[in-house]
Amino acid sequence: MTEASEKTPSTGSAARGGTTAATPAGGLSKAGIAGFLARQGILVAFVLFMIGFTLANERFISPDNVLGVIRSSAILGVMALGVTFVVISGNLDLSVGSMMSFSTIVVLDLHDQIGPGLAIPAMFALTLCLGAFNGFLVGYLKLNSLIVTLGMLSAIHGLTLTWSGGKNMDIADKAGTWFSVFGQERVLGIPMPILIFLLLASLLGIMLAKTPFGRKVYAVGGNGTAATFSGIRRARTVFTCYLISAFCVATAGLLQASRSLGSQNTVGQGMELEVLAAVILGGASLLGGSGTIFKTVIGVLILGFIQNGLLLVGLQFYVQYVVTWVIIILAVWLDIAAKRGRLLSPIA
Amino acid sequence: MTAPALRLENIVKTFPGVRALDGVSFEVMPGEVHALMGENGAGKSTLMKVLGGIYQPDEGRIVVEEKPVTMRTPMEAKAQGIVFIHQELSLATELTVAENIYLGELPRRRFGLVDWQTLYARTDAILKKLKVGFDARTIVGSLSIANQQMVEIARALTVDAKAVIFDEPTASLTDAEKSVLFDVIADLRGSGVGIIYISHRMEEIFKITDRISVLRDGSYRGTVNTAETDEDAITQLMIGRSLDLSRNTVHHELGDVALEVRGLSCGKLFQDVSFSVRKGEVLGFYGLVGAGRTEIAEALFGLRNPSGGEILLNGEVVRISSPHDAIAKGISLVPEDRKGQGLVLGMNCRDNMTLPQVDDLKAGPFVAEGAEVAIFDQYRDRLDIRTPGWRQTVGNLSGGNQQKIVIGKWLSMHPEVLIVDEPTRGIDVGSKSEIHKLIRELAAQGYAVIVISSEMPEVLHVSDRIVAMYSGRIMRTFTSEEVTEDNLIQAISGIRADRDAPVAEPA
Amino acid sequence: MKPGSLSTFLRTGAIWAFVLLELAFFGIVGDMVSTSNTPFLAPDNLLLTLKQAAPIGIIAMGMTLIMINGNIDLSVGATFALAAVVLLDSMSWPFMAAMGDWAIPLAWFFALAVGALLGAINGLIVWKTGVDAFIVTLGSMLGYRGLVFMYNGEQPTSNLNWTLVDFAEAQFLGLHTPTWFLLAVTLFMWFLSTKTVHGRNAYAIGNNREAAVNAGIRVGPHMLINFVIIGFLAALSAVVFYSESGSVNPNDGQLYELWVITAVVLGGTKLAGGSGNVISTLGGVIAIQVLRKGLGHMGAATETVNLVIGLILIAVLFLDRQLNVKGREALKT
Repeated sequence: MTEASEKTPSTGSAARGGTTAATPAGGLSKAGIAGFLARQGILVAFVLFMIGFTLANERFISPDNVLGVIRSSAILGVMALGVTFVVISGNLDLSVGSMMSFSTIVVLDLHDQIGPGLAIPAMFALTLCLGAFNGFLVGYLKLNSLIVTLGMLSAIHGLTLTWSGGKNMDIADKAGTWFSVFGQERVLGIPMPILIFLLLASLLGIMLAKTPFGRKVYAVGGNGTAATFSGIRRARTVFTCYLISAFCVATAGLLQASRSLGSQNTVGQGMELEVLAAVILGGASLLGGSGTIFKTVIGVLILGFIQNGLLLVGLQFYVQYVVTWVIIILAVWLDIAAKRGRLLSPIA
Repeated sequence: MTAPALRLENIVKTFPGVRALDGVSFEVMPGEVHALMGENGAGKSTLMKVLGGIYQPDEGRIVVEEKPVTMRTPMEAKAQGIVFIHQELSLATELTVAENIYLGELPRRRFGLVDWQTLYARTDAILKKLKVGFDARTIVGSLSIANQQMVEIARALTVDAKAVIFDEPTASLTDAEKSVLFDVIADLRGSGVGIIYISHRMEEIFKITDRISVLRDGSYRGTVNTAETDEDAITQLMIGRSLDLSRNTVHHELGDVALEVRGLSCGKLFQDVSFSVRKGEVLGFYGLVGAGRTEIAEALFGLRNPSGGEILLNGEVVRISSPHDAIAKGISLVPEDRKGQGLVLGMNCRDNMTLPQVDDLKAGPFVAEGAEVAIFDQYRDRLDIRTPGWRQTVGNLSGGNQQKIVIGKWLSMHPEVLIVDEPTRGIDVGSKSEIHKLIRELAAQGYAVIVISSEMPEVLHVSDRIVAMYSGRIMRTFTSEEVTEDNLIQAISGIRADRDAPVAEPA
Repeated sequence: MKPGSLSTFLRTGAIWAFVLLELAFFGIVGDMVSTSNTPFLAPDNLLLTLKQAAPIGIIAMGMTLIMINGNIDLSVGATFALAAVVLLDSMSWPFMAAMGDWAIPLAWFFALAVGALLGAINGLIVWKTGVDAFIVTLGSMLGYRGLVFMYNGEQPTSNLNWTLVDFAEAQFLGLHTPTWFLLAVTLFMWFLSTKTVHGRNAYAIGNNREAAVNAGIRVGPHMLINFVIIGFLAALSAVVFYSESGSVNPNDGQLYELWVITAVVLGGTKLAGGSGNVISTLGGVIAIQVLRKGLGHMGAATETVNLVIGLILIAVLFLDRQLNVKGREALKT
């Protein structure tokens, strides 16, 4: 009886990809080195890149330099962790940059008014409110996340400027506060921002990979309707992703404020797109349903080491922009090229 | 002897690992309506893609009016006079009727400007021939589905069509709209065009076609004259063996009423619906597309807010506000649209199967993956799911195995009431009969099962009682002893054949 | 799918009603609160508002076509900056300096060509690699910005040419030069999107790409053309703006993409593609500028503008959805 089902080609699923798909589902899996490169391309590129820069300048791989790079990537990295959740759930968060400015300004301002012990939880609470608003609009009201968080980018920027009156925010007594511990201290020789980044990455990584909530995030991003039909409360899941994103932003704001003890209103400006670049570089699809925290960390580190490597070989910081551009396009291109089995797109 | 409008000679198309088309040959004469039949997966869609210039055949020839042709794109197919009326409408809904009809071929003036005058004049001339009630400037999105289909047909008339292929054209049409469509097909045939008509609906096939060609498992099984054959013979050709669709006569011992619905309404979708299902019983829902069957299931599963009436589970009135809620109360739904609603195609088999209970399968804060694998293994064995292992991505399974994953997903929840919407749509014959058997077994084990289906033999085969729906209302509830094909068809067409007979109350 | 009723309404003029509402509000309430002596509705003030709307507006016209086509372009701010750098720097090249004022049209040409080229690079990548336009232009937003910095380091590029300044500040029939450019671009883009085969095909592709492909429309070249157009317009915007200001910082044009997209969405163009029109986009552009100007007139700090515009954007989205809810019995997915 089952012979038929074995032999019958699933023409339906082969045709699903649209008129241009000429490869049926069965032809996708690739064996051998090419397949490995296609699947782990970003990791391979990372290793090659590290080797190349190490050959160019041996200081590149020294512990001090490596720690330095991770430390300076930590703030971007912490934000990218949260955005990974949002992207896997099938949404975008473009408001993280201006939200980070908000957190930084708020915690610095409150530091002098109510002391760091109260300022930190107060800042976290306020930032989480913003995340909850995002989550409410996208999760429960089902509004388009790109536009909502674009609107919030602008609105939160306005909120920050209103809070600060447009002035830079500085802690009055920079030498006498323990607040600098998060950004400037070392534990066992490792800078605090790195510890916080890695701790958060481990926690969120386990959460995403191992808990029921993580499973639901993948399901909602993979097929939201099917998730609903399986009894998953989609709105609540999306809402929680935005809360996680806001929590990470607040942590990033804390690190930023603690490191510099003073800040401009625009400290996080433009970071939303750098963060997104790191997440995409890690291989998360903007369509949702794929990506991991580990890959995002790799994406963040690649961006960080590129910047550092270029500086070490004597190039200006802005050269990294161009290199990042090329790497992002190549990474995503090769990824989808491997999936469709040919390099050039079938677009006529 | 006139030349065939279109002839296929020994068409072969292979994909890695599968021979999707294995030597298909048949011909369509000018002025003939030629049915193409076959189970899902038999190769019809691949063949259509070959004819449409989307796939290139590995072997064989396509001959149009005695001229061999090669078609590398849909445009080239159209230029050869092969035109498609797609099942899923391929229209740009924000544009006008005229722009859609001449999509890709807008008449031009100098500087790349659109020649609107010519465009509208030509379009109106075609629309006049089709006797439709809209004009060239109408925005397509504002038209009914049937009228949108007319736009597709009008598109076919813009070229010198040799062969027009209708792919399941009546799937979403009302009876009145169907008869308009059949008139148009008759006109086309009168003008000497060859027509390929793809449909699963036997009654239509026997009503309008001249000959029938059948595909099975990618190979050609023969062509017969419609007038000289019958449904059984065609079915035999299509499935190669007879599918056991005898009437269900075995009734299991019935337990208490598991689910009762009283006067349930939901806006215009369905009104005043009352029925009940007992444990150990299979209740079939039969009706035309749009009769409100699926919508009732969705309301029971918390996906729609009823506007009136009540739902009782085990004798208690309940309010079901979401699928989450429904599942907690012991209701499960195997949905109609397997790929859109049933599965996360990019996820693996195990994760799909345990998705509804992922919150309950915990070891500390984590998902108990061992327990998940155990559940998967249990239902893989029980349902005979063919997959290399639980890590397999669901999207790579065949339709039948995908459906079994969905069924396994809900069985593993041990529901009180299992609702199955179109359980065998789009899956092969072998899996079909397995699923039918399974549904009967579930009833034997004391599940209350509701089966919604558009296939009458299927409903008759699996149900203990059958609810006939028409236009959002229950016309009659039959026991399997009193139901006949005739009175069932009458009931779902809105005819109350026997006005004196009481509308059957739940047993 | 039936298009949203609000978006239909927006397309047919609600955005203009909103502009009028703003004008009435700032004309009455604004003038009561304002400390300034000139009324908000003074002709000079309104003309100035239009002039200031031009840089964003010119780019927004290109973005409308891009979004109708089903794509998005995040790199317009960087393209704007790079074109500006080329414009100002090229006039100081020795052979150009030797040409006197004849260098101006050549400098304009260089800047516009650079813009079109950057657009073409985006378009080609989207076409040939099949990578989503959002990601491609997210990348080139960084990359093009890097090129701006590489051109002249972190220093501003300056070259004030008084002939240019006079030209940019000139008024004809009361309207400033930038306003004329905005109107001309709007008219051209309206013509392109409604009257030409290319424009109609762009709608068809955004509306139902598969249908367009099956009808033999070549999707790639159309997308390429649209990216060239938006690159050109981003450069044109820079040309108009920097002819007057004469100095460009490497960070100029940042966040322009967000302002532009906001204006286009306010004008009722859908992100999903297939619908929208440039006239409503003009309304969206003016609405934003009137809001900025009006809040400034009332003495509100600039930061309020960001807050208000962000909230308005979300409110429009919310309203559109509320008007499209299909009733209580709709499927809840």
